[in-house]
Amino acid sequence: MATVRYREALNQALREEMEADENVFIMGEDIGVFQGAFKVTAGLLEAFGEKRVRDTPISENTIVGMGVGAAMLGLRPVVELMTINFSMLAMDQIVNHAAAIRYMFGGQVKVPIVVRMPQGAGHQLGPTHSHCLEAFYLHVPGLLVAVPSTPADAKGLLKAAIRDDNPVIFIEHETLYGQRGDVPENGGPMRFGEAAVRREGDDATIIGISRMAITARKAADKLAEEHEIEAEVIDPRTLRPLDLDTILESVRKTNRAVIVEEGWPHGGVGANLAALIQEQAFDWLDAPVERVTGADVPMPYSKPLEQAAFPHEEHVMQAVLATFKDL
Amino acid sequence: MATKDATQAGEGAKAQDHKDGAGAPAEVEKTDEIRFGEVKHGLPEQETCRTVLKKMMLIRRFEERAGEMYAKAKVGGFLHLCIGEEATVVGATQALRESDYLMSTYREHGQALARGTHPNAVMAELFGREDGCSRGRGGSMHLFDWDRRFLGGYGIVGGSLPLSAGVALACDYLETDDVILSMMGDGATNQGTFGETMNFAALWSLPVVFVIINNQFGMGTALHRHSALTDLSLKSEGYGVPGTRCDGMDVLDVHSVVTKALACAREERKPQLVEAVTYRYRGHSMADPEEYRSKEEVEEWRARDPIHAFSRRLIDEDVIGEDEVERLDKEAIEIIDEAVRFADQSPFPELDSLYDEVYVFTDDVPAWWTVDERSPEPHRGEREREAGEVPHELAERGAAYAGVGDQQERTRRSPRDQDAEGEQQGPGEEEDGEPEDEGSSG
Repeated sequence: MATVRYREALNQALREEMEADENVFIMGEDIGVFQGAFKVTAGLLEAFGEKRVRDTPISENTIVGMGVGAAMLGLRPVVELMTINFSMLAMDQIVNHAAAIRYMFGGQVKVPIVVRMPQGAGHQLGPTHSHCLEAFYLHVPGLLVAVPSTPADAKGLLKAAIRDDNPVIFIEHETLYGQRGDVPENGGPMRFGEAAVRREGDDATIIGISRMAITARKAADKLAEEHEIEAEVIDPRTLRPLDLDTILESVRKTNRAVIVEEGWPHGGVGANLAALIQEQAFDWLDAPVERVTGADVPMPYSKPLEQAAFPHEEHVMQAVLATFKDL
Repeated sequence: MATKDATQAGEGAKAQDHKDGAGAPAEVEKTDEIRFGEVKHGLPEQETCRTVLKKMMLIRRFEERAGEMYAKAKVGGFLHLCIGEEATVVGATQALRESDYLMSTYREHGQALARGTHPNAVMAELFGREDGCSRGRGGSMHLFDWDRRFLGGYGIVGGSLPLSAGVALACDYLETDDVILSMMGDGATNQGTFGETMNFAALWSLPVVFVIINNQFGMGTALHRHSALTDLSLKSEGYGVPGTRCDGMDVLDVHSVVTKALACAREERKPQLVEAVTYRYRGHSMADPEEYRSKEEVEEWRARDPIHAFSRRLIDEDVIGEDEVERLDKEAIEIIDEAVRFADQSPFPELDSLYDEVYVFTDDVPAWWTVDERSPEPHRGEREREAGEVPHELAERGAAYAGVGDQQERTRRSPRDQDAEGEQQGPGEEEDGEPEDEGSSG
């Protein structure tokens, strides 16, 4: 094990996969000479040259579309978009092409593209750089969606994403790039669709998406200290495929479920998960499924407002306590 | 077989060594004025002439019949016909090598046929059948034929432009000298992807030739009402992609200009744009009352008909006789008759194939149900399968209502029986125990 930062883990994954397969290349805005807006691609231009580390003009839709076209011919492009908000410009290519091409052409081609992007609030970047939009991509059949919250997951899942033959939306979290964590040396790819149980407990299940897996973990520790509630914390790690079995198993044990996400409440990941849980574990539930979400507003700039607009430990604790209120 | 001759991939392209295309491709000459009807090029050799004429006739007859089949409700959705644009389609695609790539818009039956996709497979796709070139998943707007390097029709206006630049990037990356011919309509030049893609193509010296099929309308909006510049070849130049124009009603002119453009892109890595000025005789789709243009205008263009003009010239210059022109046309009709018969007899896709090819099955995705979160049983695919005959019956009744006399028996595959089905669906997830109706553990 080595302790590395989230951004370094991503960098290692890119470097190792590019070394292993000549058809892997990366492109995006300012990923080469500038070394990436968040320095994820630092040093790669020097290591692999301009053919495989391609600085692009600011043309998100076309960057992704070109990645899709190149992937159709068998290359494995890893496209970086500077924030998930910018990926809205590429929605056409992601939804109408990356996700649909294999299906609509009767299985004649694969589209092994990875589109990487950071999301999340906390750096006061305001209403066009800070949202959490994983629900948009979760909605689309044909895509795989990863939301890693630790350096080890970031590396293992990115390696898997690059090797997978399906289009992958790889959603990083902007405030996690500097976080350190243990990453196995010479570790291989992880498998999509395997949730991590971050903390075991018998009293309630907290499912945390992306960075909220970390917030959920902290909330669970406080619940144990302050309320003697032992919560199980699950980080799904990938939303498509989703390891629903691990979630259901936990809910059937604890009889309570709280879903924590940073994105908007309506049509969110939590809404979807709550539906799945009540469809398949309704009789095990002792309380309604609780959701903790970001506020239903465009992300404000001002620091106090921004902090109020996404979930913190206190919100998670309150939601868990609410599932006990009738007892 | 006539069918084969008319549809063999790249056959014409190989045989054809057009004089204008040979030699160094220094610059593609700019044409300021389209001189319709004027003889601009000498005829190629007889066999090439015959191939070109056959392809144009095949496309014309195919489109006419597709329109009839739409009226008979054999074809659903939207249907966009390229009647009038045959010279542009055939002239441009004949300039390709077999290993080159082609991408097109949603008005692409002609492109598929010109590239050599069998008319049976194209018609079956329009009919939504399993033997369609996209297995009935894409329909008229989304034809695809990997083996002939026809990389698709696309339903989003301008959407295929970035894809084609990506294919060109891959050609470059993989160090081949293949080129992609990327076709769009005049309306696509107003999309953001147009400018973005032109910039990329020029910036990265990509081996791509863009062909604007300027048929004078973006759906029902005339060129001068949708584009400030009506010489569309100028629109790419500011981005660094030289543009030129050609007579889209003259198959030899299109072929000549596109051949030069391809050579430029291939040998000098300079992307090019060609605007082919043409016209579609039919409406945008079959659901188009055509209130945006006059009958006189349509007649004016019909007088320049590319097939008539080319066959007339072949007769006048004694390349082929009038009787042969008639024979070729008859053959085209026979090929299309067969395509309709074939499509009609091809089975509809099995309903339990609904989820096929949404994902490639990999380590991360062992089966489709792993990404359909509504597991465990029942899965949606199964519910649809259980619908049994109903959707097919409705489809047939619709066709009957629309006056299809043809009560031919469909040779549909019988649905799998339940036992075989269970094995196919992968592991069940009942081990945790479904909650019993009567009780709750909570």
